[in-house]
Amino acid sequence: MIYRIEIGLKPGVPDARGRGVIGRAKSALGMKIKACQTRDVYKAVANIKKSEAKAVQLGFADAVVARSALGRLKAPGSFDWMLEIGFKPGVTDNVGRTARGAMADILGRELAWEEQVYTSLQYFLKGDLTREDILHLGKDLLANTLIQTIQVFSKEEWLAAEPDLTAPIFDDHPEIKVNLIELPDNDAALMKISSDGILSLSLDEMRAIRNHYLHDDVKVHRTELGLPQWPTDVELECIAQTWSEHCSHKIFAGTVEYKDAETGEEELINSLYKTYVKASTKKVAEKIDWLVSVFTDNAGVIKFNEDLHLVYKVETHNSPSALDPFGGSMTGIVGVNRDPMGTGMGAQLVSNVWGYCLGSPFYDKEIPAGLMHPRRIRDGVHDGVIAGGNESGVPYSRGFECFDERYLGKPLVYCGTMGTLPVNVGGRPSERKEVQVGDWTVMCGGRIGKDGIHGATFSSEELRTESPAQAVQIGDPLTQRKLYEFLMEARDLGLFRCITDNGAGGISCSFGEMGKYSGGCECELKDAPLKYEGLQPWEILVSEAQERMTLAVQPECREAFEKLAKQRDVEVAFMGKYNDSGYFTVKYDGEVVASLDMDFLYETGCPKLHMKGIWKKPEIPTPEKARGGNRTKQLRQMMGRLNICSREYKSRIYDGEVKGLSVVKPFVGVNADVPSDATVMRIEYDKDRGAILAEGINPWFSDIDTYHMTASVIDEAIRRVISVGGRLDRIAILDNFCWPDPVQSDKTPDGEYKMAQLVRSNKALYDYTVAFGTPAVSGKDSCKNDSTRGGKKISIPPTLLISSIGQIDDVKKAVTMPLKEAGSLIYMVGVTKNELGASEWNRMLAEEQGNPWNYGGDAPAVDAKAALAIYRAMNKAQDEGILLSSHTPSKGGLAVGLALICMGGGLGAEIDLSKVPMVGKQKLKDDSILFSESNSRFVVSVKPENAARFEELFAGLPVAQIGTVTADKKLVVKGGKGATRIDTDLETLRKPFKKTLYGI
Amino acid sequence: MKPKILIITGYGVNCEAESSRAWELAGGSPVKVHLNDLLDNPAQMRDFHGLMFIGGFSYGDHMTSGHVFALRVKHHLREELQKFIDDKKIILGVCNGFQTMTKIGLLPGLNGEYFEPKVSLMQNDCGHFQNFWVNLKFEAQSPCIFTKGFDTMPLPIRHGEGKIFTTDAKVIEQIEALGCAAARYADADGNPTKDFPANPNGSLNAIAGLCDPTGRIFGLMPHPEAYLFPENHPNWDVQKLNGTLPAQGLGLKFFENGVKYLVG
Repeated sequence: MIYRIEIGLKPGVPDARGRGVIGRAKSALGMKIKACQTRDVYKAVANIKKSEAKAVQLGFADAVVARSALGRLKAPGSFDWMLEIGFKPGVTDNVGRTARGAMADILGRELAWEEQVYTSLQYFLKGDLTREDILHLGKDLLANTLIQTIQVFSKEEWLAAEPDLTAPIFDDHPEIKVNLIELPDNDAALMKISSDGILSLSLDEMRAIRNHYLHDDVKVHRTELGLPQWPTDVELECIAQTWSEHCSHKIFAGTVEYKDAETGEEELINSLYKTYVKASTKKVAEKIDWLVSVFTDNAGVIKFNEDLHLVYKVETHNSPSALDPFGGSMTGIVGVNRDPMGTGMGAQLVSNVWGYCLGSPFYDKEIPAGLMHPRRIRDGVHDGVIAGGNESGVPYSRGFECFDERYLGKPLVYCGTMGTLPVNVGGRPSERKEVQVGDWTVMCGGRIGKDGIHGATFSSEELRTESPAQAVQIGDPLTQRKLYEFLMEARDLGLFRCITDNGAGGISCSFGEMGKYSGGCECELKDAPLKYEGLQPWEILVSEAQERMTLAVQPECREAFEKLAKQRDVEVAFMGKYNDSGYFTVKYDGEVVASLDMDFLYETGCPKLHMKGIWKKPEIPTPEKARGGNRTKQLRQMMGRLNICSREYKSRIYDGEVKGLSVVKPFVGVNADVPSDATVMRIEYDKDRGAILAEGINPWFSDIDTYHMTASVIDEAIRRVISVGGRLDRIAILDNFCWPDPVQSDKTPDGEYKMAQLVRSNKALYDYTVAFGTPAVSGKDSCKNDSTRGGKKISIPPTLLISSIGQIDDVKKAVTMPLKEAGSLIYMVGVTKNELGASEWNRMLAEEQGNPWNYGGDAPAVDAKAALAIYRAMNKAQDEGILLSSHTPSKGGLAVGLALICMGGGLGAEIDLSKVPMVGKQKLKDDSILFSESNSRFVVSVKPENAARFEELFAGLPVAQIGTVTADKKLVVKGGKGATRIDTDLETLRKPFKKTLYGI
Repeated sequence: MKPKILIITGYGVNCEAESSRAWELAGGSPVKVHLNDLLDNPAQMRDFHGLMFIGGFSYGDHMTSGHVFALRVKHHLREELQKFIDDKKIILGVCNGFQTMTKIGLLPGLNGEYFEPKVSLMQNDCGHFQNFWVNLKFEAQSPCIFTKGFDTMPLPIRHGEGKIFTTDAKVIEQIEALGCAAARYADADGNPTKDFPANPNGSLNAIAGLCDPTGRIFGLMPHPEAYLFPENHPNWDVQKLNGTLPAQGLGLKFFENGVKYLVG
């Protein structure tokens, strides 16, 4: 039976959700809705009597404020339209799952598999609105038609209609079969197989697979198992997932012929990853002793203290977020949580970070067909990461946003998680990864459905109109939270031997990965718990359904493991055993459906890409010089610019304080409304040692030279840690490359240049991580961030996020950026150069002058040796406790930096630009001093009585007192010959800073 | 002897670490017990002197916050909870724990009725979750044992559904008459306020925390367990310079009061 339960607020109870719809419809669609009342609908599919259904109905509603009915609740008195939004069949319905649990509790019995609850939401709308308006509201604001259904009724239609008693039950019963895929000796036919199956395999790869199956020993092996000569669909899908760009990083693994057209130098690079990323860490590792596990596991592991290691990983989740911003990004954060969870013997989650590169939410030009408006993407992405992070009980520490219209085609959604691993688990090092022959292959957590099928291969492709809907995955934080707590308990009880994450490629990747430790793996797909019937064997194998981890459980622990899982309401499936056969063998209902040589699958099979990169410095015109000399107006304007203004409104919707360990929060200052340079948190409740998180990102510098872009973002990520008091000798970084496709092809005629940009970025990564002694301990690359829609190709600018993780011996000595005391002295540390290329200032001028891309000039470079001397001195000054405040200028340069530290402290400053340290005797123009985004600089304040000691610590370094802190809440900046460059009270700076994205 | 405090965990509540630490620092002996383990053996509640419903997202806040957790507790623990109350033990709920307690009916617990919900914690007027610090003003005349001696205190809020609401004006009258509105959102001067953001959710009478008429059962939306360290305060850097940094986070006082009450 299907019972419909409707729940609505009682008359007189304010409907905040309905009011929210009115507000969003107005600001996002310009639609005027007079009133909106919302109702929750539950469709309970259960073998129950009406009296039981009545009990379920009463149990579901909050009787204090809501009324409910079985069937239809009386319509609200006044409305013109009713919009109902539900899920399509098979789509994850988290509320429905909770309601199902509640129903079981109310009925006092366990439910049968097919007894389910499906939810939908009703909006009763009043206003001068047409049917098209309501459809527009549904499609373009409240629902994502990829995963949701929309029904619209006029008042009359609604009153005349019978209550809808259909539920979106996934009821597809295709014939379950394994197909044989013959691989003919014909290029076109091979490519057709790849593209029809969304396998994303290249011709070289298809050829390599074909050749493999023609090998004599392969034929013998297959004959022994009774497998046909050619691959089964299960095998081909498994290979495609494993070899996808997303899983095997072919662009970073391939060879590159690199040529610098400026110098004429040529070189052959055998894997960017090995040559630069891995090699730099190896080089740094020669000099440090605090790396525990790098690049081999799901996240990087470094030493923290005698009890704990720190674990850190940042991921991107771009393609799914483009299709379904809410579900995709939620999966991003909940998914990256599983990386620390699957690192070593399983880490505890401590803090999240997020960052998005998006089109402007105020974009007012035409959006290519098939793409969503960036504001909608932004809202969805925030909401998804908020829901995922908050509901998981992990506080966020850092968040950033970059806006540029080149992210219109593909938003970048970075999500990261820091965790801790006890140094020892079960008396042995916790970073170990070992599996023994005979251990059980176990999947635990969520069930398998069609969600996320082809996620890995799909994200390895550019976004196309026909990108498959099932590539959308929806996270379920509650299921994962239960899984996480269970795993921590099981770990400490010694109930498993090894653990890893189930991410891209599903169990086709994770079972095989784990099998590598023992030398083989065999599993039975029929033992996998499914969300619904009708999944083909290959779908079970490659599904990316969320909230799953893969384990190796010792035979003697199976019983205790299963018992604990049941007690914690976590689903586990013992699906096979690890062995040392050298094969990944998959059965369905007892029959072998795949058996792949693991060496071929993981090591030797996938042919290497061969790519070319040619570097030629782009010529970008510079904007014309600004008129006049007083920059007060421009600074106020700049404070409100999209890439400078406050992100506080959205950030406050994230939980940043659960666990109660935060010390320097994302927002600081007397009003807690200016962004901190970095965040500091305790790690343990009984110790004062802390961890520091920060980041550097600047896609605009890439337009000039990705080498300097990379140097700059590495420096920024490091100097932010230094600014709050982090030790220079304990900083590690993560690299997340998001690139447009850098492989030359018809679709990408400028691939050679984009590859050269990637090479230069890698060269800088090597040079600066080695020079600074800050190893890259984990990273990820995503190299297909292009979109072709409506005949228009949009590629992102090369974007490198460097996330830093630092340490501080005593969090009580952390330094914050706001000014603290009137009368204290303001010092500038580090050299300011004429580096306005791609700066916020040049971009503002270029836009004003009507040539928005003409923001050329020199991008800021980094002198690592000089920077290191400064960072060491900063460490000493912090340790001695003489820094009242410290801030490192970034976007917007010194001018924006000064504005922020004044606003933060609620104090003014008088500044003399002529005192700012420059190169030698060189004198820069005041605009350059104010707005240049030169690296490795700090603005600090010091009590007058500590000035001598401060200057002593910085003897021989570029440092100068540039002003004093004043009580009058005004920022006054004098330039050459004493001319006033800025003269403003703080409120007129704060207003534009806070206004732009407030409520957006 | 240290009083034993039961902290219920599982199904999405997530403040177990800091809540446990708070009771420890206050001199209590907290024990974390998974809801399923408690439901298997409800009689174990008799071993405890205090009970805490902690913050988090029980059941993902689906079907309104605290609702499903409350449903389960009410179905399976009603007798033991009644006994717990009758034995004059103490119960504290924070954020999602407070929401759960109102949905069970433990709060406001008027007329000795602890399983009949009288008020609800509804969605904030602003329509979404928020995390920032608020100033609280405490009711001097309240019987609440947890807030005894308090005047004002800054604490962080982290919730989407914190607005105290009922359509029954008599309930609010009774709450006020009995001093059950133990904590209110106040402006910087300590005056209770309806205005956002000092009052972050539009709560009736600016109520942030409610106790039952005995004062032994108390719930509040802000998080005292998130202010155990002086450095949790957003302005600790300034407080350190001007000498106003407390030795310990002020939120600890709630737990100290609880322990003080139990040890007598």
